[in-house]
Amino acid sequence: MSSKDHILKSVRNQLVPSVDLPSMQQEWIQYADPVAHFGDVLAAVGGTAVVVEGLDGLAESLAELPVYVDAKKTVSCIDGLMGNIDLDRIDDPHALEDVDFALLPGEFAVAENAAVWVTDAAIRHRVVLFIPQHVGLVLHCPGGQVDDVIVNNLAEAYQKLSWQANQFGCFVSGPSKTADIEQSLVIGAHGARSLHVFFVL
Amino acid sequence: MSTSTKFDHPTNANRFNQDQARTHWHDSALWFIREKRDRMSKSLPEWETLRSCASQIKAHTVSKLADYLEEFEKNARARGAIVHWAKDAEEHNQIVLDILKKHEAERIVKSKSMLTEECHLNPFLEKNGIEVVDTDLGERIVQLRQEGPSHIVMPAIHLKKEDVSETFHQHLNTEAGNNDPCYLTESARQHLRDKFMQADVGITGVNFALADTGGIVVCTNEGNADLGVSLPNVHIACMGIEKLIPSADHLSIFLRLLARSATGQPITTYSSHFHGPREGGELHIILVDNGRSNLMNSDDYRNALKCIRCGACMNTCPVYRRSGGHSYAATVPGPIGSILNPLRDAKHHKSLPFACTLCGSCTDVCPVQINLHEQLLTLRTEVKNQKQLPVSKTMPMRIASWVFQRPKLYAWLGGIGKFFLRNLPRFMIYNGMNPWGKNREMPEAPSESFRQQYAKRAKKNQSK
Ligand code: SF4
Repeated sequence: MSSKDHILKSVRNQLVPSVDLPSMQQEWIQYADPVAHFGDVLAAVGGTAVVVEGLDGLAESLAELPVYVDAKKTVSCIDGLMGNIDLDRIDDPHALEDVDFALLPGEFAVAENAAVWVTDAAIRHRVVLFIPQHVGLVLHCPGGQVDDVIVNNLAEAYQKLSWQANQFGCFVSGPSKTADIEQSLVIGAHGARSLHVFFVL
Repeated sequence: MSTSTKFDHPTNANRFNQDQARTHWHDSALWFIREKRDRMSKSLPEWETLRSCASQIKAHTVSKLADYLEEFEKNARARGAIVHWAKDAEEHNQIVLDILKKHEAERIVKSKSMLTEECHLNPFLEKNGIEVVDTDLGERIVQLRQEGPSHIVMPAIHLKKEDVSETFHQHLNTEAGNNDPCYLTESARQHLRDKFMQADVGITGVNFALADTGGIVVCTNEGNADLGVSLPNVHIACMGIEKLIPSADHLSIFLRLLARSATGQPITTYSSHFHGPREGGELHIILVDNGRSNLMNSDDYRNALKCIRCGACMNTCPVYRRSGGHSYAATVPGPIGSILNPLRDAKHHKSLPFACTLCGSCTDVCPVQINLHEQLLTLRTEVKNQKQLPVSKTMPMRIASWVFQRPKLYAWLGGIGKFFLRNLPRFMIYNGMNPWGKNREMPEAPSESFRQQYAKRAKKNQSK
């Protein structure tokens, strides 16, 4: 008998009482000002959030970020803003080892835990979310309001998600961190040393 | 592997307690995390709803596990993942090795996976000439020290920064005596980046697998799992069959509970959802039983399969905090480990259900409502019935039971006990014969016994 059959048989041959699934429609937390809450929680986990006006506002805001200004190798997957490395011309993700700053599109934000949903739909090599020294996530607000791209809690977030083939998706909440050495929080373990979230109106 | 070679918890705990200052430090480090968890749980008014939903979803999944496993396999395959099944640790290790051989892989990066730890994958691969690097900082520290993790979420929680500094100085050539956590973390970052760049294959654990989409979810704070699997072409994900949940929608419940319970964070930094391999790559998913299906049969212990490995029960456990993870001599220590290990290997782990005060704190914090302390009590009875208890435990119980059946004798002995506690010199009370006096003061003998107080009060009430 194959191991699969063996496992399925031993799992199936058991008298386990049946239990119904709970309802997912509950009164999950709502925030009076989700955007403010998102900003507070993101600050608490080591990231920053700003609201900017259009691409010009984004460029201005980036120009105030030392880690962006000083970056030698940059990647941008945001229309209208160029990086100096073109992801489409790179076949081996290892070549992205020394990227300093990556500007990547986020799809929406979650107020409860300051997470931003990012997929590889518009990012050719997903390692570019993890390997750069610094990462900026850009959320376009089509209706001109931050509220359009933010949900209150994770339950609402999963309502928005669908699952395409071979898709990689990640909730990112703040920069990479560790507390493995005597519980001291250190930002910048393996992934990005800083995470900036831009809501572009 | 582990620093404790003995399986006897009291002996190992005793060794840990020899350094009293460190024991106190360990205790307060974990209590600090427990307090963070409390604050986080209070930030959500629906906390208890989340817990009961999580518990119910897990119970439901276990009740139809075979169907969900089949559904998961079908959907994962449809997305291009290759699904393997392993009855036990040996088969799991062999499957991993076969994949590595097929790809002529020599260097592996691994991110925290308690399952591969449980299967002793590292020594097996090393024996076969493959370099395995654990990439979670805490795991890397204990790997360099040739120790096992002492906690499932914070593998190096038993170490001080001086210990880490020494280890890194020895293995990574860092400055001697530089104990700055930032400096040490930075050195590890550089060292591990090299390993990521050189790796042929990335191995990860799985936090949740989704039957309805065939996807898997991996949660880390450092981003090590993601770096490890997005550079090489091959990703091997190793999961216990109990990691399955029916639907992606249910993730909202579990992700809201997991990090809050584990470290008091609102969510882990990275919660990555993998649905099939990336373009040109391979995704292997290994479904491992290794004793899990045995647990399903028992009404007493089935609940233990709900565990999402958050570690909250360890952080709160007064025994774990004062005896250190290594004292359990097991991959999963603490309250949940004291259930899982004896059920798998009763002979070796029979002392674990007794490493418990039955305070119930673990049950209170468990995000999936596992009745941990009740299971531990049931397990004790089982160990006793199997006649595995040492005489030092059974004899006093037999004597106590004999005394309790004779109330007059009990009252008389109580009086004697109070007299001795008050009047005997210290050395006659605090010695090897009295385990209760180890590292703690005995209670002060009250001036009046409960019986005396009760009798007095009854008299007073009568005369009213
Ligand atoms: S038993 Fe509960 S508290 Fe302990 S690790 Fe598992 S889920 Fe967490």
